Order: sequence, then structure tokens, then C-alpha cells
Amino acid sequence: MALLSFERKYRVRGGTLIGGDMFDFWVGPFYVGLFGIVTAMFATLGTMLIFYAASQGPTWNPWLISIAPPDLSYGLGFAPLAEGGFWQVITVCALISFVSWALREVEICRKLGMGYHVPFAFGMAIFAYFTLVVIRPVLMGGWHFGFPYGIFSHLDWVSNTGYQYLHFHYNPAHMLAVSFFFTTTLALALHGALVLSATNPAAGEEVKTPEYEDTFFRDLIGYSVGTLGIHRVGLLLALNAGFWSAVCIVISGPLWTKGWPEWWTWWLNLPIWS
Amino acid sequence: MSKLKAYHVALLALPLTLTACEFAPKTTEQNGIAGTGMNRVYVTDANIPADVPAPPYELPPPGGPLASEVYENVQVLGDISADEFNYLMAAITEWVAPEQGCNYCHNPANMASDEIYTKGVARSMIQMTQDVNQNWSSHVAQTGVTCWTCHRGNNIPENVWTLPEELTSNSINGNRRGQNEPMELTGNTSLPNVAIARYLLNGDDPAEIRVASSTSHPSGNTTTTMETEATFSLMIHMSNSLGVNCTYCHNTQAFAEWNRSTPARATAWHGIRMVRNINSEYITPLTSVFPDNRLGPAGDPYKTNCTTCHQGQNLPMGGVRMVADYPALQSVLAPATTDSVAAGSEMTDTN
Repeated sequence: MALLSFERKYRVRGGTLIGGDMFDFWVGPFYVGLFGIVTAMFATLGTMLIFYAASQGPTWNPWLISIAPPDLSYGLGFAPLAEGGFWQVITVCALISFVSWALREVEICRKLGMGYHVPFAFGMAIFAYFTLVVIRPVLMGGWHFGFPYGIFSHLDWVSNTGYQYLHFHYNPAHMLAVSFFFTTTLALALHGALVLSATNPAAGEEVKTPEYEDTFFRDLIGYSVGTLGIHRVGLLLALNAGFWSAVCIVISGPLWTKGWPEWWTWWLNLPIWS
Repeated sequence: MSKLKAYHVALLALPLTLTACEFAPKTTEQNGIAGTGMNRVYVTDANIPADVPAPPYELPPPGGPLASEVYENVQVLGDISADEFNYLMAAITEWVAPEQGCNYCHNPANMASDEIYTKGVARSMIQMTQDVNQNWSSHVAQTGVTCWTCHRGNNIPENVWTLPEELTSNSINGNRRGQNEPMELTGNTSLPNVAIARYLLNGDDPAEIRVASSTSHPSGNTTTTMETEATFSLMIHMSNSLGVNCTYCHNTQAFAEWNRSTPARATAWHGIRMVRNINSEYITPLTSVFPDNRLGPAGDPYKTNCTTCHQGQNLPMGGVRMVADYPALQSVLAPATTDSVAAGSEMTDTN
């Protein structure tokens, strides 16, 4: 595979977190590193366990395969493989491979001498997953409260878990998370459209500079955040989407047990009008 | 003077946010197959039932002269012994009129007289209690009900409802069209306030509760979105009354499917019909008996819903079988004077 122009800078020695030069090499275009090996091992093990657990289940229909967490009676203890143990081991494999991948990203950042924005952003996604399958189950006293690994089954879990609080859209953190998710996609759509417009001018015209891009948005909304700034805005929106997702589920159960609409009675009870 | 920083606002907002949380220990229950997410979580202390009053004294042994032989004008409880009759009267006084005593219903100069309206109401309510215990075991099982189940020491049960005042103005100013007023009945949502009247009142022609299509394409389903709000309002009312959530009865993957629902849903199905029967067969017919101060703004008497008995618990009073101490309330004794209908109707898949 041909070397890309920036690979000369990318392919530098050092920057590893542990192990020194031991795994500091490339396979084709891919940096390996200790954490690349750990990721590969646990991702493979976890995937194989998913297939093995599926083979013990009732169906090979990819939509319906589901690997469920244990019954509540197992609490925070180990469950037999077929009764939630698979889910527990797969969860551990997933977390190890996710975290290793983030650490591999850290090593690449160090090689490039850049900030840790990318691993931090991925870390937020891992944090949301960790909240779902570890923090909230521990707070509620059972691995049972993790979500099942299956395409349809995890959607059913989301539905039932949401309806436990009657109307999850009244969950204030869910409101924030949803707003941030939609704003992220809106910002990406606006940004993508702007870049494509600037770089694909009409026939016979020149590619437009960022000055044109800024002018367009200054005309439209009175402000342009700029070429660098839009990426910081995008990161801020995306990080908040993941963060408030984690918050909205971890407060459901551990900090609130009733319907979410009822939570808003604090507003109705404000001394201003009550 | 230092500028107000974002974290100052956060520090102020955090404790305010936390005051709206529940920190007390919780109880969790599994309500379905692992992985379905059908669970229940509640604050442990919130589910401790209140004490049930003990019988006034030991239940008199059977035998002795009948109440109808000893007293005059005993229309409903004439076939029990006079001793048991007095025992039950003492209990009912404690349950319904502990402050006013016997005179709440009786003229002390002539106990047989029906001149005080509450006596007629009480007679009808005793028949209702007997009907519920005999014919609605599909909902009340062997636990049964007594006057206490609803009254809890009050003349009028605390959790009752009436129809809203008729709209006299067509103005939209200040007119919320019966919704957008957060209240206990609708779980503090914007849902219609008295949607339960559609389902818990009209005995002959109740509205369809099911609004979802039963086929993969919604062919033939003319239900409007607004009508679905009434169903949702009823369901929220049931959830709040019982202190449970949607997944106590339903698997939300398919709300309508009986084979994916929990057994509690069948109990609730019968409960809706039981309440409908109570309201239309026993309470609405008393409209002309009640004085004006016992009627709502639309001139209808205070009626029952799920909260009247349940009061936040999935088993009223924690499931205590209080009726065991009151055999006279366990079944219909004498021919009823009103047309009480034994309505243990067959469960169908239409609602």
C-alpha cells in the first residue's frame, strides 16, 4: 500500500504508554502496539463467544439472536454461562477491547504530537456503554439491569426500560441528550453542505475560500464560528450527546423510580406560582 | 469584582437538581424473562401498607335470632344473626363514620327509619361490596373488599372523581379543553383530565380502549391521535394508582399481545369492567339520593376509579384479606333490591 504524504510523520518510533519498543511496529498501514494486540485478542474472543452463545440459543436469525444478562436472582454475582454468564464474559471482553482501542489511539496521538481529542471522544462513547452495563447495574444491585446483546432484543429492552418510567421523553437528561444528538447531526449537515458548496463551485468558477464560507453564515445567521471552530463545536455537541445519554439512563432507577412526568412537579411547586 | 463563571452557575444548580431526586433505598423486581427489561424499581419505604383496623370484637358465633326478626326494615342483611349484624354495624361505623358514629346514617329515635339519605347509600354500598366479593373474584380474587378498602375512615373515600363542569363559553381564552392541567389523575402529564370517564363510567357503551391496529397495516383503523391520548391517560391513571409502571402488565414490544403480557394484565382487564359496573350499577343510580353538597360541579356523584381502592399499591392494603372477618360481606345474602348484574363477562381480545 502506498505511503500517504502524512505517513512519514505518522511512522515515528516511540510514544508508547507501556512496553517500550516491544510492539512498536506496523502491519501494512496499521499501527499495532501492545493495545492493538490486546484489542484484537479480546475483540476476537468476545465475537467468538457471541457466536458460541448464539449457537446455544433457539435461532440463527441475525435479527433475533439475543444474549441476555442474568436473572435478577444472581444479583452482582457470577451466573452460569447459559444463564447470563455469556453476557458477563462478553461484556468484560467488550470493555477491555474498547479501552485498549482508546489507549492505542492515545499512543498514535503521542506519535503525532497532537492532542488527545480523538481518544477522549471515543472514551465518552465507552463511558456511556460502561454506564449502561456496569455503573447502573451495580447501583441497582444486579447485572440483570444490563441490556441484552441482540439487534431486536436491545430495542425491546430500551422500550420496556423507557416505559418503566411511563414517559422517558420527560427525563430531563434524555431531553438534553436527544437535543445534542440532533444538533450534532444538524451541525454536521450544515458544515458538510458548506464545504461541498465551497469546493464544488459552478462550472467556470473558482473554488471558494473560507472567507466565502464565513460570509455565507454571517449573512444567514449573523455569525460564523470559522473553519477550526466548527470542529470544536462539533466535538462539544457530540461529547455532550454521549455524556447526557449516560446521565439519563443512570438516573433512571438509581435516582428516580416514578414516572418521569412526575419529576417535573418541582417546577409546578415553585413558590412563584404554586 | 470577579466575573460570574460557568462553574458558579453549575455549583448553584447542582444541589437544586439533586433535591428533585430520590435517594432512599430502592427495591427491584424482575417482571419478565431476563433481557426483556421488564423490571420494577420502587422506593422501599413507599410500598409499606397502612395498618388495617382490627374487628370491633370477636365475631359472634353463628346462631341466634336473625337480624330481620329482631330489627325492622333490614333489607339487605336480614339473613344474618342479630349478633353478627350488630358486629358488622360496629365495624362499618369505624370504617366510614368514626367521628359521627351511628347517627351519621341512623335517626337515634328510630334506627329503622330511612329518613337520613346516608342510610340508603350505605345499603346500596353493602350490596355493591357483596356483589364485588361474590362476582368479581376475577379481579379481587379471594382477598375481597370491605368498606374500609375505599373509605379508610372517611365519610367519602379520599380518591374519587366527578365529571368536570360543562363548558359554558366557546372562548379559547383560559379554556384548556380538559387537558394540559398536570394533576395526579393523569400522572402530571398534559393528557386529558377525565379520559377515565370514557372507560369507567358508561356501562353499556364504553369507548374502545384499544387504539393500536391489530394488523401490520393500519387498514380500517380510523382512530385519531387525539383519541389515543385518552387511552394513554387511562393507562397512566392505572399505573399511578397501583404504583407500578407499564411493564407491570405489558411487554411494550407489543402492548396488545396477550401472550406477551404478564398475568397482572388479565386482572386489570377485569378490574376496568368491575369499576365500570360499580359506577354505572351502584353509584350513578344514587344521583337523586345525594344532597347537592355530595355532587360534583356537573351534578354527578363522586365515583370510583382504580385509586379509590389501590391508593398507590398493586395490592390494596398490601393484600390483607380483611373480608375474612366479615362473612356477611363475602357474598350476596338476600335478593338485591336494585338490578345488580353479575357481570363476570368473558374476556375477549377486543380491549
